[in-house]
Amino acid sequence: MSQWTTICQDEQLSANLGICALVGAYQVAVFRVKDQVFALDNFDPFSGVNVISRGIVGDLRGHLVVASPIYKQHFDLTTGQCLEDDTVSLNVFPVRVHEGAIQVQPAPLVRPVAEQVA
Amino acid sequence: MSGKQTLVVVGNGMVGHSFMEKLVAAGGLEQYQVVVFGEEPRPAYDRVHLSEFFSGRSAEDLSMVPEGFYQKHGIDLILDEAVIAINRDTRELTTNKESSIHYHKLVLATGSYPFVPPVPGHERDNCFVYRTIEDLQAIAKAAGSSKVGTVVGGGLLGLEAAKALKDLGLETHVVEFASRLMAVQVDDGGGAMLRQKIEALGVQIHTGKNTRLITDGEGTVHQMQFADGEVLNTDIVLFSAGIRPRDELAKQAGLVMGERGGIVINNDCLTSDASIYAIGECALWDNRIFGLVAPGYQMAQVAVDHITGKGSSQFTGADMSTKLKLMGVDVASIGDAHGNTKGSLSYQFIDEEKQVYKKLVVSKTKKRVLGAVLVGDADDYGTLLQMMLNGIVPPANPAELILPQSDASASASAGLGVAALPETVQICSCFNVSKGDLVDAVAAGCQDIAALKGSTNAGTGCGGCAQLVKQVLDHELTQLGVEVKKDICEHFPHSRQELYHLVRVGELTTFSQVIDKHGRGMGCDICKPTIGSILASCWNDYILKSDHAPLQDTNDYFLGNIQKDGTYSIVPRVPGGEITPQKLIVIGEVARDFNLYTKITGGQRIDLFGARVNELPAIWQRLVDAGFETGHAYGKSLRTVKSCVGSTWCRYGVLDSTSMAIAIEHRYRGVRSPHKVKMAVSGCTRECAEAQSKDVGVIATEKGWNLYVGGNGGMKPRHADLFATELDDEILVKYIDRFMMFYIRTADRLQRTSVWLDNLEGGLDYLKSVIIDDSLGINQALEDEMTHLVGTYQCEWKTTLESPEKLKRFSHFINSDQPDSNVVFVDERHQIRPATKQEKIQLKEVI
Ligand code: SRM
Ligand SMILES: Cc1cc2nc3c(=O)[nH]c(=O)nc-3n(C[C@H](O)[C@H](O)[C@H](O)COP(=O)(O)OP(=O)(O)OC[C@H]3O[C@@H](n4cnc5c(N)ncnc54)[C@H](O)[C@@H]3O)c2cc1C
Ligand code: SF4
Ligand code: FES
Repeated sequence: MSQWTTICQDEQLSANLGICALVGAYQVAVFRVKDQVFALDNFDPFSGVNVISRGIVGDLRGHLVVASPIYKQHFDLTTGQCLEDDTVSLNVFPVRVHEGAIQVQPAPLVRPVAEQVA
Repeated sequence: MSGKQTLVVVGNGMVGHSFMEKLVAAGGLEQYQVVVFGEEPRPAYDRVHLSEFFSGRSAEDLSMVPEGFYQKHGIDLILDEAVIAINRDTRELTTNKESSIHYHKLVLATGSYPFVPPVPGHERDNCFVYRTIEDLQAIAKAAGSSKVGTVVGGGLLGLEAAKALKDLGLETHVVEFASRLMAVQVDDGGGAMLRQKIEALGVQIHTGKNTRLITDGEGTVHQMQFADGEVLNTDIVLFSAGIRPRDELAKQAGLVMGERGGIVINNDCLTSDASIYAIGECALWDNRIFGLVAPGYQMAQVAVDHITGKGSSQFTGADMSTKLKLMGVDVASIGDAHGNTKGSLSYQFIDEEKQVYKKLVVSKTKKRVLGAVLVGDADDYGTLLQMMLNGIVPPANPAELILPQSDASASASAGLGVAALPETVQICSCFNVSKGDLVDAVAAGCQDIAALKGSTNAGTGCGGCAQLVKQVLDHELTQLGVEVKKDICEHFPHSRQELYHLVRVGELTTFSQVIDKHGRGMGCDICKPTIGSILASCWNDYILKSDHAPLQDTNDYFLGNIQKDGTYSIVPRVPGGEITPQKLIVIGEVARDFNLYTKITGGQRIDLFGARVNELPAIWQRLVDAGFETGHAYGKSLRTVKSCVGSTWCRYGVLDSTSMAIAIEHRYRGVRSPHKVKMAVSGCTRECAEAQSKDVGVIATEKGWNLYVGGNGGMKPRHADLFATELDDEILVKYIDRFMMFYIRTADRLQRTSVWLDNLEGGLDYLKSVIIDDSLGINQALEDEMTHLVGTYQCEWKTTLESPEKLKRFSHFINSDQPDSNVVFVDERHQIRPATKQEKIQLKEVI
């Protein structure tokens, strides 16, 4: 565990513009918002396609969020929770800026791998 | 055990669940220990919206039971188990899983079942009914391997089922025994109009058909044979020939039943046994079954009142008026639609052009509205229903109520809006919400529909009252002097119009300046693109400039339209629809080389689908090299200027409409606006370019151009209004410049010119005074602003291709060249299309 995978250099991640990285078996959407870095599933459970990194970020009712570009549901960047539907959430991945690089761990924080694959 | 009595509810359908909610609300759980049996495998769901299952709503979405509702309240909900016998002497129930339970009070909410006529063959495979989620799952499965589907029964539910079959891609037939559709609700005239409309949608209707036998088909699963000797070959038969109360349990228990079934109840919803109630579709009151939810909900309330002793409501019948959209056709029936009341008079209005049928039934004295039938346009439903229910006296000439509103009759019926209704009037029958309840809720602070729904429940049942609820809200807000809020989102206390003004006057050029000065927080997916668009409308910078890039929706960001599978489409501009053979060849070659799906659009150009982000630059490089520009299919901006061939070729054309269309398209391409803008130019009054359905339409006459504005196709079509006539080329363009800029300055976010014009105070006359007479003295400014936009146009794709920095963004992964493995195509008619979920799973299994 706690392996860090470098996905790109720090300057390749612009503020408020997501990117997508392949980390182990996962497609991970990575954002820099307010000088913080966040990593979540790139998979949008509502449309079933890999697009979260292309969503617009911002804040909504006190949450930092990204909006899915397909049907516009909002996901909390910190917890992955969908604001419109309590039963849906995205996996969140450990992420850090380390020696000038953005690094992500190839296993989600909250839930086990098995659940995500199903 | 607690000292509570046991209350057992049989049936967890819409009414059974409504009963439980009302019981909980009334504090009934302090008196009773409750056990609920439901035969279906899941808790209550919204049967009224069952068909939405086919349009993608899941079983969970349809559920009516909030997560944990039954556990939280300590109610025993036993699903997938049917009660099969009642012993009234011992007060014991037995279930099909051989358990038994003692009750003190019993509520039967067993609903009804679809009647299947005993035609020989009705039990064959692929014969279905339409009542439960399981039924729909079975139908969807069978549809996969079928071509033709037939619904037996042309009533309300039958037509809804027919729509479902049509949407599943089947050739669809409706077989009806009576001589018209919806025989119960509408009369012959309405039935005929309805038939025309539904046939126009491609459903074949067979009335007066008595099915005698269903047997093997010729090339299909079944053949239906009718009494008149005709036959119909079909793969699926769906019975929707009416409902019958599920009263078998009550019958076995020896309760008093109606002659033709149904459990007899009194005004307290009690059956002939003083400890047994019946509510919903299984109950028979005054010899009538009520096959709608609203009366069932009323019965639920009555039963709760009686069981808890905490209320005294009575069930005294219910209004069976209905309004629905069947296959997109508005149909409504109110009260005595057939004019059965002695001495009643009726009026009919038929508009064959617009396919509208209206009938009004009034009393002999013309002092009361008794009923109505509306087909094709049911906007009057709310008003007519309220007039009937509340005995509001119609105007001296009652026919005015159904005649199209001319200026003269508008004043006659103006007094009939919501303002005229007394406070006691029931607006929402599903939840028994009166006008007074709504007025109070608005006064207490509910200032939008969502809040009003949340606080009163009005409009959350069948939805039939939604329009009236909105009218009451708007009326009350105006009364309270509240300006209807137009803030675009939580980050800005401003409307789009105000923001536009702040940006232009304050000369703000970036989002951060705007939000620092006039907003709060970080912004969101509503205000960012809106302000991105306003900045573009004012200053016309390259939209992917680093300050602006994070504001753009994915479509503007990748300069293509995102599709359901996450790929993008490509629409090169084809001004006026004119294209050289050489350019056609290039499009063909590009599509072939990148394996893109090609389709001619509704806007006289060609759309290429299925491009992955990383392919977009290479594709556009080839298009730009061949002289194409971006078509802005992704932008809230000018789409196309449709043209007809005009005087150059056409023997009727009076002006060169193609050249004018091309000139206009070149002029306004790329101009960002509140919503998309479409234009068209026709070469003569035959109007082959359909200019009157566009935001800006131009039609040639012998004496010059006629200019039309505010047309719309789409969700709510609107014919454009004639704005000015006999213009020369120069004035025409000036007027369009001014019109566009005035729209850009003042419209709401995502408001097409049609809706903008409808909401513009002073309407068309005001618009003419601004643009033609310069009543605001802003015409020079409007023209200058447009000149700036025209002068700073750039092809966004060309600019992007010239920037290596921007091109880096066009890859799926930042750290890998692999494509997204979740984008999968299959072949259809010799082109690609996105694989369905099932296909993706199957393809993965094969690999
Ligand atoms: C491609 C096309 C359908 C086709 O295969 O022919 C199309 C496709 C889309 N239309 Fe359309 N519309 C197309 C012609 C039309 C027309 C017909 C016309 O323009 O003559 C209409 C009705 C006319 C009108 O707009 O007044 C039309 C009314 C809409 C509407 C409803 C607008 C309204 O005001 O009611 C939307 C939704 C919206 O814009 O909010 C829409 C939205 C869309 C979107 C952008 C939906 C989306 O966000 O994914 C579709 C994506 C296009 C793509 O991926 O390239 N499309 N759409 C047509 C492209 C024309 C073109 O060359 O640009
Ligand atoms: C496709 C469709 C569209 C409709 N559209 C509309 C509409 O637009 N407007 C409108 O007002 N109405 C509409 N209706 C009618 C509406 O759904 C019914 O009026 C409503 O569902 C009646 O509620 P209920 O609880 O009486 O019956 P149901 O919802 O049928 O519930 C009865 C439940 O009891 C269960 N049950 C029966 N016997 C037993 C037993 N012995 N033991 C245990 N459980 C048992 C059944 O399995 C069922 O789950 C529509 C119906 C359908 C099918
Ligand atoms: S609108 Fe007139 S000029 Fe244009 S193609 Fe039709 S008939 Fe010919
Ligand atoms: S009347 Fe059914 S929701 Fe109001």
